Amino acid sequence: MDLILPVIIVGIIGLICGIGLSIVSELMAVPTDERVAKLREVLPGANCGACGYSGCDAYAEALSKGDCKTGLCAPGGDKTNKALGEILGVQVNSVVKQSAVVICAGTCEHTTDKMDYRGISTCSAANMMYNGFSACDYGCLGLGDCQKVCQFSAISIKDNIAGINPILCTACGACLKACPKEIIKLVPDNWDALVMCSNHDKGAVIRKACDIGCIGCYKCEKVCEFDAIKVDNNLAVIDQEKCTGCGKCVLNCPVHCIISA
Amino acid sequence: MSSLITIFLAGIMTENMVLSKFLGICSFLGVSQKVKTALSMSIAVIFVMFMSTAVTYPIYAYLLLPKDLDYLQTLVFILVIAALVQLIEIALKKLSQPIYSALGIYLPLITTNCIILGITLLNFTKDLSYVESLVNSLGAGAGYLVAMVIFAGVRGRIESCDIPERLQGLPITLISASIVSLSFLGFSGIVG
Repeated sequence: MDLILPVIIVGIIGLICGIGLSIVSELMAVPTDERVAKLREVLPGANCGACGYSGCDAYAEALSKGDCKTGLCAPGGDKTNKALGEILGVQVNSVVKQSAVVICAGTCEHTTDKMDYRGISTCSAANMMYNGFSACDYGCLGLGDCQKVCQFSAISIKDNIAGINPILCTACGACLKACPKEIIKLVPDNWDALVMCSNHDKGAVIRKACDIGCIGCYKCEKVCEFDAIKVDNNLAVIDQEKCTGCGKCVLNCPVHCIISA
Repeated sequence: MSSLITIFLAGIMTENMVLSKFLGICSFLGVSQKVKTALSMSIAVIFVMFMSTAVTYPIYAYLLLPKDLDYLQTLVFILVIAALVQLIEIALKKLSQPIYSALGIYLPLITTNCIILGITLLNFTKDLSYVESLVNSLGAGAGYLVAMVIFAGVRGRIESCDIPERLQGLPITLISASIVSLSFLGFSGIVG
């Protein structure tokens, strides 16, 4: 009997609370925008924040109020964008899916180390010491800071540099922030040619550090018929919107640092 | 009447829940970045504290104590307070949208805060009457408000200071919290 009474009392109190709550929630129900729940269902739920809101819930809420555009969700891509547009009843422009690319091709056969680094095994720690152990001050260190922050297991380290699988990448941008060298960039998935180097040093300095680094020779800029390549601060950059994928720059690059898709 | 005033003032100064009893530290550190959010959090705390004391006191005095079940108080109080706050939230959403949006996330946030449960439990250790308990919880809430607003001011000053890198963020916040708490020790013996 000693045991039953407290059980009954707690049970009854719980029951009263539960019934009271359910009655009140029925009586006091406030009509909410049912589109919010639908929008939220379509969004991937990664809560990555790539859209600029604190999470998928906040983005759905803002969409329903008409505060922002569809197509901000990078992980969801085109599919999510269309579904959002259907719910909201608006026309959407298709978004080209982007993925992150490590702009460096300096594998161990192309570049060397300038010291024997035995410190903490993260890129950011290594980068604090004389800009990292790699001979190239701009190159990928390959200790995997980006790999650790990737929620989608899209990044792997091979031959001392990070590689990102475009199929798994959702363009959430977490690795862009994690990379101390800031050499990971978002690139549209339909790219035709890419300069795989981030080094802004002068040609002679680069040649000593890495035999596949962009030396800023202007050859690609001259050979491009579509005005898509500009050499800026000793580094060639391809404008993906103008690039037609003719492949002339790939053939003419003396150091072979431009790759075609 | 004078004893009620004494209880109220003691709640603010000598028995400040945050700075001398060290309850509700999580929200004290978490929500004190800006004076404005600190204020709305404190008002929500005062409100919930008062309501939960009003409900839990009769349950304890007329249901649990006569049956010798006072060991159940923690369990029952958590249950009742959680349900009560939910109830208040639903009702506020319907009845008063401005108050609901002003309290916002803070209302459900403090449901499970130890400071709410703490004040309802501490009321009984002091053998207070019903009215005295209510005044005590109001005083404790006011004390929370004072602590929050003072500390939000302190943190505002810290923001503009040059702090050593290793102390930035939580470490300097904890150190300054301890100094603020220390200053409240000076009130001991004034009331209560």
